[in-house]
Amino acid sequence: MSDNDFTRADVCAAAIADAFKDDGEIFASPMGLLPMLGVRLAKLTTNPDLVISDGESLFLAGVPPLFAKADVVEGWIPFRRVFDVVAYGKRHVMMGATQVDRHGNQNISAIGDFAQPKRQLLGSRGAPGNTVNNRTSYWVPKHSDRVFVEQVDIVSGVGPRRAKEAGVAASRFNDIHRIVTNLAVLDVNGPDDTVRLLSVHPGVTVEEVVEATGFTLDVPADVPTTREPTYEELVIIREMLDPKGMRFREVPQPEAAR
Amino acid sequence: MSRKPRDKQMSVDEVVASLEDGMTIGIGGWGPRRKPMALVRAILRSDLKDLTIVSWGGADVGLLARAGKIRKLVYAFVSLDSIPLEPNFQRARQGKEIPEVVELDEGMFQTGLKAAAERLPFLPMRAGLGSDVMVNNPWIRTVTSPYDEGHGHEELVAVPALRLDVALVHLNRADVHGNATYLGPDPYFDDLFAMAADRTYVSVEKVVDTAGLTVDTPVQRLLLNRMMVTGVVETPNGAHFTSCVPDYERDERFQKAYAAAAGGSDEDWAAFEERFLSGDEEAYQAAVRAFAEESRSSK
Repeated sequence: MSDNDFTRADVCAAAIADAFKDDGEIFASPMGLLPMLGVRLAKLTTNPDLVISDGESLFLAGVPPLFAKADVVEGWIPFRRVFDVVAYGKRHVMMGATQVDRHGNQNISAIGDFAQPKRQLLGSRGAPGNTVNNRTSYWVPKHSDRVFVEQVDIVSGVGPRRAKEAGVAASRFNDIHRIVTNLAVLDVNGPDDTVRLLSVHPGVTVEEVVEATGFTLDVPADVPTTREPTYEELVIIREMLDPKGMRFREVPQPEAAR
Repeated sequence: MSRKPRDKQMSVDEVVASLEDGMTIGIGGWGPRRKPMALVRAILRSDLKDLTIVSWGGADVGLLARAGKIRKLVYAFVSLDSIPLEPNFQRARQGKEIPEVVELDEGMFQTGLKAAAERLPFLPMRAGLGSDVMVNNPWIRTVTSPYDEGHGHEELVAVPALRLDVALVHLNRADVHGNATYLGPDPYFDDLFAMAADRTYVSVEKVVDTAGLTVDTPVQRLLLNRMMVTGVVETPNGAHFTSCVPDYERDERFQKAYAAAAGGSDEDWAAFEERFLSGDEEAYQAAVRAFAEESRSSK
């Protein structure tokens, strides 16, 4: 592998970083490994003002590798203050999603009927509050028609249409920003607040993404390719943030981008 | 002039003997962190039934659900973190073994405790709007703001007060009167649980004298004042297998064994129960020590 070769995981990390580049000085809250990598990459490149945490209770002044202990601490963010910041609004969370539907609603609660689910998941966690208070994105490591379904079984995270239907108090701060997957980047700015394809990752075709999506995806006439990570980004990812290659656990290496 | 406030020390079994069937019990901590597990284990050993459990849940909820103690569960999530899905909770939900469930957003849960702590019927909030929290809990209502700040009269969720009969919490240190301090980085919400409850029992790693509470710990860490506390129980390693930093981290190896048994066959669970949960707290701690020895020597 030469210096400029990149993997699909690197493309995903750069796409996640791009989702945070225009956020300014806000609390970036990544849930999961690739989101953590992408946020830290953004902080080291396009948006040094981002406020990041150890995922527990400390704001970190530096940008340590994935899962490393904090070096310098710049603040205190126990769970109760996370809730304060959610309501304050200066936060962008990237959550996981067991299901996402055509209108950008997300489910992490349960599969099947709520009264007696086929599969009980985590519960709603903070998804209902996040989506009506601060910018929210989703990370989907395995783009498939099991994740992208016509209608989620249970609405944990609220998409723009449902937010509007619930009234101005719900829609004022509803801001579903990006859905980054192992195949593509999407948003919810299709007609009637539906999921729209923004770009396909290098080596992926539009047809593949449409095929792996269980609802009618809005596909603009011209779909660009997700940008390649820069040499600087590749060095940061490989040598600083994830030298052990933990990112390949979520987005496996054989799926090389070229 | 040596009159002092009451000495509130109790044993875990005395605490549990004071509880009654059908009570609403809040359990402090967060997921797999600083849970009053010794008190939970004492409930498992008791005849108590039909409880309403209010918890940001971890194995506390899983164990009580598996033992059939829960009539109603109020939660926002149930998770072991390093093992995201709690197998006993999953099993109970999928088998419809908990008759009534109230799933809230995790911030709504805090707001509900705040309302109870402030003796209010509800507090307004955005969280919940547009989500199925409102669909699956049709008794949770909205309230229209009397004020117009330029966006009309906003319709917000009226998060109902989560009133508790009893709160059970675990902290690092307390004095015999019920002043208690946490030594880790996160207070969680144990003070809110205490103020939302009619009675609060705090278990701690160590009971110290009052002066000792602030010897090497900033005064800001005194989370509970004795006026919020009914009883104090010294239970070393009492949060096991959840974390209670800096006294100890979560016991990941034990948690793995718990999850494997919970997610395994009925025989697997019966064996786990027999080994760890069939005796009193002292027997539990001895079995945990033996388990740790065993895993060390088999490494």
